[in-house]
Amino acid sequence: MRRKFLVAATLFALAVPAHAVMLRWAAQNDILTLDPHSQNHATTISIMQHCYEALVRYDKKFQVEPGLATGWEQVSPTQWRFKLRPNVKFHDGSPFTADDVIFSYERIKQPQGTMQPYVTGVKEIKKVDDHTVDFMLDGPNPVFLRNLVVFHIMSKTWSEKNKSEKVQDYKANENTFASRNTNGTGAYMIKSWEPDKQVTMVANPNWWDKREGNATEVVYSPIKSDATRVAALLSGDVDLVTDLPTQDVERLRKEANLKVLDGAENRTIFIAMDQGSDELKYADVKGKNPFKDVRVRHALNMAVDREAIKKVTMRGLSIPGGLMIAPQVHGYDKAIDVLPKVDVNAAKKLLADAGYPSGFGFRLNCPNNRYVNDEKICQALVGMWAKIGVKATLAAEPMATFIAKVQNFDTSAYMLGWGVATFDALYMLQALARTKTTGADGSFNFAKVSDPKLDGIIDAMKTEMDAKKRDALIKDALIMVRDQYYFVPLHYQLRPWAMKKNVSTIHRANDAPESRFAKIEEAGKAGKAGK
Amino acid sequence: MQQPASRWRRAWDHDLAWSFRRSPVTIVAALLTLICVGSALLAPWVAPHNPFDSATISLTDGFTPPAWTEKGSPQFVLGTDDQGRDLLSTILYGTRISLGVGLAAVAFAAVLGVTLGLLSGYLGGRLDAFIMRIADVQLSFPAILIALLIDGLARVAMPPETHDSLAIPVLILAIGVAGWVQYARTVRGSVLVEKNKEYVQAARVIGRHPLAIMVRHVLPNVIGPVLVIGTIHIATAIITEATLSFLGVGVPPTQPSLGTLIRVGNDFMMSGEWWISVFPGIALIVLVLSVNLVGDWLRDALNPKLR
Repeated sequence: MRRKFLVAATLFALAVPAHAVMLRWAAQNDILTLDPHSQNHATTISIMQHCYEALVRYDKKFQVEPGLATGWEQVSPTQWRFKLRPNVKFHDGSPFTADDVIFSYERIKQPQGTMQPYVTGVKEIKKVDDHTVDFMLDGPNPVFLRNLVVFHIMSKTWSEKNKSEKVQDYKANENTFASRNTNGTGAYMIKSWEPDKQVTMVANPNWWDKREGNATEVVYSPIKSDATRVAALLSGDVDLVTDLPTQDVERLRKEANLKVLDGAENRTIFIAMDQGSDELKYADVKGKNPFKDVRVRHALNMAVDREAIKKVTMRGLSIPGGLMIAPQVHGYDKAIDVLPKVDVNAAKKLLADAGYPSGFGFRLNCPNNRYVNDEKICQALVGMWAKIGVKATLAAEPMATFIAKVQNFDTSAYMLGWGVATFDALYMLQALARTKTTGADGSFNFAKVSDPKLDGIIDAMKTEMDAKKRDALIKDALIMVRDQYYFVPLHYQLRPWAMKKNVSTIHRANDAPESRFAKIEEAGKAGKAGK
Repeated sequence: MQQPASRWRRAWDHDLAWSFRRSPVTIVAALLTLICVGSALLAPWVAPHNPFDSATISLTDGFTPPAWTEKGSPQFVLGTDDQGRDLLSTILYGTRISLGVGLAAVAFAAVLGVTLGLLSGYLGGRLDAFIMRIADVQLSFPAILIALLIDGLARVAMPPETHDSLAIPVLILAIGVAGWVQYARTVRGSVLVEKNKEYVQAARVIGRHPLAIMVRHVLPNVIGPVLVIGTIHIATAIITEATLSFLGVGVPPTQPSLGTLIRVGNDFMMSGEWWISVFPGIALIVLVLSVNLVGDWLRDALNPKLR
């Protein structure tokens, strides 16, 4: 009897992993939450998109294709009708209907989250029948469909059952059922999340679409240390590494059993400075705010040697930039992407004209585990600014604590990288440069940039349906942001991924690998996939 | 009539000096220690650059290899780090911090240990039992664990703004507290022997205060071994500091010690820029080894059984 049981158990143990094809993926930092409406944070979204889906999604070339909606039509310029995909089930088995779309819309709009930009301009969602909804817009919206890509749909019944109708208030350290558990419709189900250790996902057998790849289990591990992450790939502990340390890329290219997939990311790395407060919280200037003076911002821009950062710190893996959007983003124009000339003396003179002949000091907050070489870039900036007399004190810390400070306005200057999920300039302008409101306008404008003229252009852009006129507006806005030096843009990141020879996937400009595209060859390995 | 030997002559003939002359290893070690301490103390004058003056470093000098290699520059003898800082200068300044933290931690541990040892041995009773049980408990942990614990607790207790500015005092405290036991046990042992000798009893009979007896009479007779432990402990303390800094909980990168330098350089080990991590490592080895050898020699030279 006992023996039979043992045999059965062994057979079972063998049978299960034999079909499992595991993709082990490592990147630098951990996700912040499992609540899909809480944090507009690229790593978090890159995991959440495995589990949660939106009405539309991007195809391989970043064109919009049907997701949870099978099709759509414009009833009028401000009314879009979506046909919802029938017979889609959430991971808990409950059916997906129009109620879930409306529920998710009300949820993502809540002010304690930072995901409102994805439903910007939507006034109301009306239920036509169980599988038809009408999106009513404030005005015509030329990038409406692209916005919806990250509008992840949650189950109404599941959220209500688990008292998670409210979006988690991340910056208040809140945790809810939905920030620890998931229930989406996507290709993968999140089995577990052990913070700072790993996220485990398994393929959803009832997914409505067919996966192109063959990964049935995905394990995501955040590995903060660059050397450790690379070592994990070299020793075979992981199959795919994103967030490659720049200093190791050349060496990994030469490894026989690895391959490097090159690609640019549509992300701008920049420094934002508090321009709204009357006195800076962390600076040695009292009673006034030097960042309100365009000459000071100009000087800070002028002192930065972006080419040196590219050559030494980034080892060539960046495109120095003077605009706030990367080349892949709609609205980018090479002609207006002009780098401020490095000129220490001119910068000193600007500071003197602004009333700071001997400079001033402030604290620069930086993440140390989010962007490529983030802390090292900040160290380099400290040195470059020191040459014009501006003494920045660097406070580098992990993204999780850093971002909470930024969102609580507890910084005077900070580094951020802005990726454009919609591939349209409006997304950046609206979130970063538009005067802050409680909604999508200025949703990440923690530097309190506020320029009524710029606001007017951005608002006009939201509804301008004429492509030519709209492009002109984008250009005006980008030039205005550039010439007012509202930010210190540094560069656009190049993001090679490294993987084992037997793994193939497609590079994504949003730097978010999608496991549904991942193919893993070599059948012999499958047996090791068990835990 | 023979002239009384000059002071210099007497020092030269002293047992210690004699055994020092007879040990070439010790001579070399002492010389190296002297060089390390000297260059560390004089870092601001000896170092070719000031690595902490951000205005003088240039990012474009970053990752320059040592001068004798193909792409090296004579301006930077040992090369530069990722920010373009001269490595030789950072090592000199780093040695200064490592040595400073090590010496201060040893001084702190010695004062704490000797005080507790004196009290424990002289007063005896419950206090003695209490102190010695704490010592036993602490001895069952590795010193690095205790230092990590204290460092971690201090970080939680302090507001984040003060972390960097208070990092060094906290580190000294942590390493010091982790190392007092040896002093206390040694001193207590000697005190137990001394306190029954006639001179102590005489002092007691004439009614001197116990504290005065401890400090004036007993302490001078038990302090010898403390010096030996102290010398050897300096090396251990420097290693503990380097380990903590390597783990990222010690000295902040704004005032890098040797351990911090090794950690920073570690990121580039695999990509070919070996010098950023290797040279601070060599400096650490030389420093610790030479201090340790001098300490060992001192222990043997002062040990009557080995003479």
